[in-house]
Amino acid sequence: MEAIAFYLFAVLTVAMFSYTVMSSQALYALSSMAAGMIMISAFFFLLNADFLGVVQIIVYTGAVMALYAFGMMFFDTTRAVKEHNTSKVIVLTLSVLATLLVITIFTMPIAAENISAAFPEPAGVENPKAVGIVLFTKYLVPFEVAAVMLLVAMIAGIVMAGKKMDRSLTKMKEEEIAMMHQEETQKKVTL
Amino acid sequence: MEMYLYIALFAPFVGSLFAALFGASPKTLWSGVVTSALLFASFVSSVTLFVYLLQGGEPIHTELMTWMATGNLYIPFGFVVDQVSATMMFVVTTVSTVVHVYAIGYMDHDKAFNRFFAWLSAFVFSMMILVMSDNFAGMFIGWEGVGLCSWALIGFWYHKESATWAANEAFIMNRIADLGMLIGIFLLYWHTGSLQYDVVFAAVPNLDTSIVTLMGIFLFVGAMGKSAQFPLHTWLADAMEGPTPVSALIHAATMVTAGVYLVVRANPLYSLIPEVGYFIAGLGAFVAMFAATMALVNRDIKRIIAYSTLSQLGYMFVAAGLGAYWVALFHLMAHAFFKALLFLGAGNVMHAMSDELDPFKMGGLYKVMKWTAILMILASVALAGIWPLAGFFSKDKILEVAFSSEHYIIWAVLWITAGLTAFYSFRLIMLTFFSGEERYKEHGFHPHEAYKFMLWAMAPLAVLAVIAGWFEQQFVHFVTELLPTFEFHTHHVEMMLIAVTSLMAIGGIVVAVLLYRNGLLNPKLQQTAVYKLLFNQYYIPKFYDEFFSKPYAELSKIFWKQVDLKVVDATVDFIATTIYKTGEGTHTMQNGNLSSMLRWMVIGTVGLLVLAVLYVKRYDILALMQMVFPGLGA
Amino acid sequence: MMEIGLTHYLVLSTVLFAIGLVGVMRRKNLLMLFMASEILLNAVNVAFAAIGHYYGDLTGQMFAFFVIAIAASEVAVGLGLLIIWYKRTDTIDLDTMTSMRG
Repeated sequence: MEAIAFYLFAVLTVAMFSYTVMSSQALYALSSMAAGMIMISAFFFLLNADFLGVVQIIVYTGAVMALYAFGMMFFDTTRAVKEHNTSKVIVLTLSVLATLLVITIFTMPIAAENISAAFPEPAGVENPKAVGIVLFTKYLVPFEVAAVMLLVAMIAGIVMAGKKMDRSLTKMKEEEIAMMHQEETQKKVTL
Repeated sequence: MEMYLYIALFAPFVGSLFAALFGASPKTLWSGVVTSALLFASFVSSVTLFVYLLQGGEPIHTELMTWMATGNLYIPFGFVVDQVSATMMFVVTTVSTVVHVYAIGYMDHDKAFNRFFAWLSAFVFSMMILVMSDNFAGMFIGWEGVGLCSWALIGFWYHKESATWAANEAFIMNRIADLGMLIGIFLLYWHTGSLQYDVVFAAVPNLDTSIVTLMGIFLFVGAMGKSAQFPLHTWLADAMEGPTPVSALIHAATMVTAGVYLVVRANPLYSLIPEVGYFIAGLGAFVAMFAATMALVNRDIKRIIAYSTLSQLGYMFVAAGLGAYWVALFHLMAHAFFKALLFLGAGNVMHAMSDELDPFKMGGLYKVMKWTAILMILASVALAGIWPLAGFFSKDKILEVAFSSEHYIIWAVLWITAGLTAFYSFRLIMLTFFSGEERYKEHGFHPHEAYKFMLWAMAPLAVLAVIAGWFEQQFVHFVTELLPTFEFHTHHVEMMLIAVTSLMAIGGIVVAVLLYRNGLLNPKLQQTAVYKLLFNQYYIPKFYDEFFSKPYAELSKIFWKQVDLKVVDATVDFIATTIYKTGEGTHTMQNGNLSSMLRWMVIGTVGLLVLAVLYVKRYDILALMQMVFPGLGA
Repeated sequence: MMEIGLTHYLVLSTVLFAIGLVGVMRRKNLLMLFMASEILLNAVNVAFAAIGHYYGDLTGQMFAFFVIAIAASEVAVGLGLLIIWYKRTDTIDLDTMTSMRG
């Protein structure tokens, strides 16, 4: 049963992501990626990481995909970017090499067989609860740092998507900047 | 008393630094005055210390600070003022002070006036370290310091090719000898575990004679270089290229006597190995005669005096080699006074004759330069060893030593040399100041007497050249508290020896005066083989040139063409061009295109992964393959 | 073969990673590039969770959790920058960004 689920979702995920990478239509790519993200969460459920699965769905399919969707509205997606492909040989060889090496890296500690669990899963406790216990005891400081980072990112996103950011002060001439200031003060006076 | 020690040591150093501050600026009189004043302070301190020891004070031993302390090696900046170093300090500071004052007048018109005083005071500081150090390492520092200052002062007029050549020659010859000295010091440390004089000399008697002999030989090689003994003697005559005050201070009174000081200081070591002592004495006697013969025919007043210095150093080594250390020190002191005086007088003559050195072009200068002539005659008489001047007491003692220890050949050589000394000294005096017609007029010179204060500065040396010998008994009593005494067995023939020697000296003078009374000798004499041999310094410089310098130059050329250009340079060029070509070939990588940058980033990641895989420990590729591909089996 | 082990997950993870890598290398559209990088992060997440599970350890899940947080921040900031870039240059083609030419 587990095997069937694994292979099914594996095939689906790979297919979805491949489509994301290959498709020339941004909208299709976005949709297929959102689907792929949901498929990934299935693996988390299979691995008894229920909490992570839920977070995956909410954050990726909910928040991140919504961000991409909004971002896409700014761009002229109909005017597709011309994708002149680079040499496929380079791409292929590099991918294969990287893949092999990543496998090696991951299996290396297993081959060494000297790993023991730093924070074993508490017995008789459900996964979300166990995650909560570990997160708020052992990983409290990283957790708080991550929270601050998210806050910073949020403010950054708001500021950068705001007005006036389409002008670069560093690339403007002195007179232009002076004119801009003048306009602003005039606006304030009229208000 | 320690305060006087430090003033004596560091006053010249302060003066040197002060003058060096203005080294590059044009002449400022007070740089000379300040250095002279500080030198005078050093002189007063030295005299105070000398008197203190004379009145029976204990030798002063201080430690300024630790210099090296690693493992078993402990070398402090330690200084000692005992009878020997106090004598040396007295000699060094006296002559230095006189020379400093004199040089204010002598270097009057020189552009690099300040630089001169900076180096001169630095030399005195190094010399003080050399004589005051309480260990061989400190002595070696002073030894090298005087070598460096000597190099800078010989080559003081560096725009003259001959001056730079002479400076380099002196420096390189001394390097060769210093290697020997360094080996000697290493041997001392290796076998005694210390470099402090007292520790070393206490340990030396327990060592194997062969090792002590080796130590003595290597240390003496160093002394041979500094004191310009055969075969490392050629640099001293060439060193006369430097300004005359330098010749007076460094190449007559102080630095060249450092070798004698070394042997005297190491007397507990040398008294264990009389064979080496005999060799030293033999070499000294040979050099005394050898140098005196070269002085007979030379046509350069400074070189004549330089050869005379060489000859007198030979005398000192005879005394030191035969175990009469105090006699060597006594002659060193007396010689310093009258030889410095002689050089300064020669400086006056040079000044008057617009740097002309050939006495054949002088003659009759007595009328113009009366006082210089009187001072030089005084110094020459002292050098010749005529009673009651200083040279008589010290030189006669050396002859007595040779006779008393039954080395009659050495005695005979020294006896003949005494005659030669008197002859060449008065040949110089006659040719310069008397000798009939006034030849300088033919050459268009307008001589004049030197400044008054220069003559006054020379006066103390003149006084010392006269009276230094009178204090023989006190001196003996003073230094034999530290140095071994020497038993004379010649009381029965003492008067006879003195008479014979004095007769020889007076004979030399008389011959010189008679021969040169009416001017130059018959020029035909210059065609004889003996004259040519002596005039060309026994062809030794030529020999060195042909057999050492030229093959070395050829070898250097071969190495330059074959090794340097074709191997070293080529390697460096290859590395440089490789890097340059790599940059040329890969700069397209930096084309600013983000996708190509991404691609390179991936390649870099792959490279790092490969490295990580290669360097992870317990890397078992078979187990890994089984892990990754479980289907492979086995 | 029916038993799903750690290796299966790791192989899946690397396959996904390779897909992401191909996307990063061949895409010229900046928006697509961002998506490809999301794929890379997800591939690693799967590996973390799997290793953690098979060793009975929660550290893997913790790391995956933080990776998601970082990914979210990255998207927020990255898209903000992208929008500014688009406003100024009217293009999101990767090849037009050449101001870093050496």
